[in-house]
Amino acid sequence: MAKVRIPTPLRTYTQGSDEVVVAGATVGEVLTNLSQRYDGIGQRLFDKSGAVHRFINIFLNKSDIRREGGLAASVGDDDVISIFPAIAGGR
Amino acid sequence: MLRVQNELFAQMTRWLERAYPGEGCGLMLGTTDGETRTVAAIVEAANLNTERAADRFELDPAAFLEADEIARAEGIDVIGIFHSHPDCPPQASQFDQERAWAGYSYLIVSVVEGASATHQSWVLDGERFIEEPVEVVHG
Repeated sequence: MAKVRIPTPLRTYTQGSDEVVVAGATVGEVLTNLSQRYDGIGQRLFDKSGAVHRFINIFLNKSDIRREGGLAASVGDDDVISIFPAIAGGR
Repeated sequence: MLRVQNELFAQMTRWLERAYPGEGCGLMLGTTDGETRTVAAIVEAANLNTERAADRFELDPAAFLEADEIARAEGIDVIGIFHSHPDCPPQASQFDQERAWAGYSYLIVSVVEGASATHQSWVLDGERFIEEPVEVVHG
């Protein structure tokens, strides 16, 4: 179980909720359960191989999961998973 | 419309001028009322694209975490992104549009020879950017 923070661009999938509580023992399980609960959000989070989409950043508390644990990182009831859009651009 | 107080606008332009000749970037926090976003605070961010900093930016995700935590504590939201186009007009590029997210304002400031010049703001409408008015409020 973990709190999942939803960024503005993805709140259309969560009926406007900016934070939801989702079951799961790992980051991957939580995000998979999130995708099953809210139709369409999974396609924004994961690529076709099942990895986190390269334009999405996932933080477990204050750590980017690409640096610590990845989708296999364990989560507890007090943990917060934040989904952030990867922001880039240029002239 | 993007509404921003002149002091916050100046804080953004100073940060972008410091990044010159590279592209600078940061996040705008505030409130949304219909089509109007009002900036209440900003978070300056590092540009992680060091190889092409002259014409690309990649906003440090740690800054997004910081902005999100501030916004949630203040009961506001991340409402947009600001970045610079060094020695180029503030028109959104194809790459800006491709990497944009719906629901955010994208404020672009042209920084010419190290000094901020013109600015424009853009929002995604479907898959295309449209320009939105910017109101700099003198308070």
